[in-house]
Order: sequence, then C-alpha cells, then structure tokens
Amino acid sequence: MKLNLICINFAFLYYSHKRLSQYYLTIIILLNIMQTTWPLWEIFVRSKQGLYHKHVGSLHAADAKMALENARDLYTRRNEGISIWVVEAQHITASSPDDSEAFYEPANDKVYRHPTFYTIPEEVKNI
Amino acid sequence: MQALSIVELEQRFQAKVDAEIKIEPKDWMPDTYRHTLIRQISQHAHSEIVGMLPEGNWITRAPSLRRKLILLAKVQDEAGHGLYLYSAAETLGIDRETLVQELLSGKAKYSSIFNYPTLTWADIGAIGWLVDGAAIMNQVALCRCSYGLYARAMDRICKEESFHQRQGYEIMLVLAQGTPEQRQMAQDALNRWWWPSLMMFGPKDADSPHSQQSMKWKIKRVSNDELRQRFVDITVPQAEYLGLTVPDPELRLDTNTGRYHYGEIDWTEFKEIIKGNGPCNRQRMRTRQKAYTDGEWVREAAMAHSQKRALKMNPTQAT
Ligand SMILES: [Fe+2]
Ligand SMILES: [Fe+2]
Repeated sequence: MKLNLICINFAFLYYSHKRLSQYYLTIIILLNIMQTTWPLWEIFVRSKQGLYHKHVGSLHAADAKMALENARDLYTRRNEGISIWVVEAQHITASSPDDSEAFYEPANDKVYRHPTFYTIPEEVKNI
Repeated sequence: MQALSIVELEQRFQAKVDAEIKIEPKDWMPDTYRHTLIRQISQHAHSEIVGMLPEGNWITRAPSLRRKLILLAKVQDEAGHGLYLYSAAETLGIDRETLVQELLSGKAKYSSIFNYPTLTWADIGAIGWLVDGAAIMNQVALCRCSYGLYARAMDRICKEESFHQRQGYEIMLVLAQGTPEQRQMAQDALNRWWWPSLMMFGPKDADSPHSQQSMKWKIKRVSNDELRQRFVDITVPQAEYLGLTVPDPELRLDTNTGRYHYGEIDWTEFKEIIKGNGPCNRQRMRTRQKAYTDGEWVREAAMAHSQKRALKMNPTQAT
C-alpha cells in the first residue's frame, strides 16, 4: 500500500521535476529490495525423542511455514531431526557478553547450592 | 565496569584466542578480524554456490538413475553449505542482500576452480575426488577456526563432504576399470583437474601476505603450502590405485621424508582466472545473475503472500 502511494507520487514528480525524480527512483528501488528481503529465522532441532531442541543455525524465509520447510531441507537432509522449531531472529533477546561477569555474579558466592558443600560422615550410606 | 582501551581489548581478545576460547558473534573483536572473516566466509559461501554450476551441468546427462540421484544430492548439499556459510557471515554484521549483490556485481571472489568447464562425465568423477578432496583438506583445518560459528559450520560441512569425495572416486574407479575409451576419459579428466586442484590451496606461503595475521588470530590454522603438500601425499597413491598417471613429470616420492616432491604450479594461469579471464568466468556470472533476476518475482510473491496472511490473522495491525 505504501509502495503504491510512493509510485503515484513518483509519477507526479516525474512529470513535474525530472531531476528530483531520479532520487525518488533510487528510494523506490531500495524499498523494493527491503520488501523482498526475507526475515531471518533461528532454527532449533530435536534430534531424537527424549532430547531437548538444540539451536542448529539460521536461514531466511518469508514466513513461518516456509521457514519450517526450508529448515527441513537445510538442516535435516540426513535424518538429523524429528522435530523443528523456528523463531524469527528479531524476537530473540540475548544477554550481553560484556556484562556477563556482573550478570552471573549472584550465583558465584552460593556454594551451598552444590552437594559437595556438605560434609557427611563416611559411615552414613546412600546419601 | 570501567571502559577498556582498544589496546587492552585487543590483548584480552588475543589471550582468548591463544587459550582456544571460541569467539562468538556478540563478543568484542578487532575490526580487521571481523572484516577478514566476512571476506573469507563470504568467499567460501560464494564458492559453494557457484560450485553447483559445473556439476549441475551434468545432472540431466548422468549415465544412470543411481548416478543422477547421487549427483542431485551432492549438488543440493553444496547449496546447503553455501547457506550455512552465508548465515555465519551474517552474524558478523553484514546482511544477505549485500553479500549476494557483491557476488553478482563481481566485487566478491569465489574459488578459481569453478571457472573450468566440465567436458565429460569423467570430470564429475574428478571433481568429487580432487576438488572435494582438496576442499575437505582445507575445511578440516577450519573446523578449529577461532570464530565459533565458522568452526561449527565447517564441522557440519565436513561431515557431509566425505560422501562427495567417495562418490567421485567411485566414478573414476568404474571408468578406470572400463573400456580403453573410458580409461582415456578418466586420464584426460585427471590431466585437466590436477593442477587447478593444487591451486585451490591459494598462493605459496611466501606470496600470501595476510596469512600470518590470520594464523595469529587462528582464523587459519594450517598454511597453504602445508595443506597442499598433505593433499598431494594422500592423493597420489589414490591415483596409482586407479592406474592413472598424475600429469607432473617432476612428481617423485622423497624416501627420507615420506612426502612427494611436485613440480611448479603455473601461477600466471591462477592469476588470470582470479582476474576473471578463466574459461568459464563470464558464463558462471551470467548464470548466477539470471538465476537472481528470474527468481525476483518468487521472492516478491512469497513476501506479499506472508504479509497478506499476517494481515488476515491480525487485521488491527494494518498500516
Ligand atoms: Fe561443499
Ligand atoms: Fe562438496
């Protein structure tokens, strides 16, 4: 719809200001490229029953259905999976590696969360 | 956290690389490291894509249904390799459209080997055996690359490559054990593909100016000459088993080192092809450009379809 409006504008400009219309043409071409560039999807594959889905890579596709089909052809050509998840990359929020020290800090001083923190007499079995 | 200077950041980065800790997309990295990787990974991706053309040429003419299915599967794998690599390059901050445009405009390079023609069926054998063989040699070394995504893509690719080389050798084996004409065909293919395959490892170490920095960054793990030597050492006995002659009068086994001495490579031919003057450079580019323009309406239609569907499912988001 936006593109149509721009086209009408362009036709008007073309007849009124020929020079200016050159720049406009460039913008239309750029828009067209942006429109035809398919979004990026991240692909997760469950390799066999009983295992988690695991990130295997990414691909471009116009929509979720196409992303699934492309993921099948790209990442499971040799029976590498029995289930696929596709997630549009822009919907993933990732932690930043720069603040990873501070970010994971809360876990650092909580040694009592590990079983090895506790001393149990040797005579006590099965614990 | 206080801000670190560039020098400190670079030192930290190098220490990580030295300690064999993989670099991931969001980690800090020097600009030149990023750009070297973008160039190398995208060239690699373009090579996989253009590499489909010489073999695709023979899909309809493969001598049996079995061979046709195998060749189709192999060419489809190469498309997959191209896509894994484009995705890896994209994590470094360049988008797919730019990468594709760089190939189509001739700005980006791809492996010189794919500018040679495939004249007979034996060429499909020679390509699988020698060209994929050389690619494997290169790619196995790259599995230990410092950039995690490139290394992981290589890992996956290497697993798929081994069938490529074996099917090629099997084609050669059948021809080498066939009629005198078939033998001759196999020999002729070896004659034409041997030297271009050696060129695939790139210029000699002494003439490869960027190699040293790439080795320090562990983008490159083994030098061009060493990889080439390893390839010659394992491939010559395979040629002998076929009863074919490697087209190099200087080739001989050095009994002290157990390695082969081979003749001088014609680097002028290599440079001409890189410049765009190989036998098929123009044809390859024309085919890629045509595929891109012919596919334009498909890309547009798919996008329009998905937008229409999104609108139907959520009409309030209409703009
Ligand atoms: Fe490949
Ligand atoms: Fe291959």
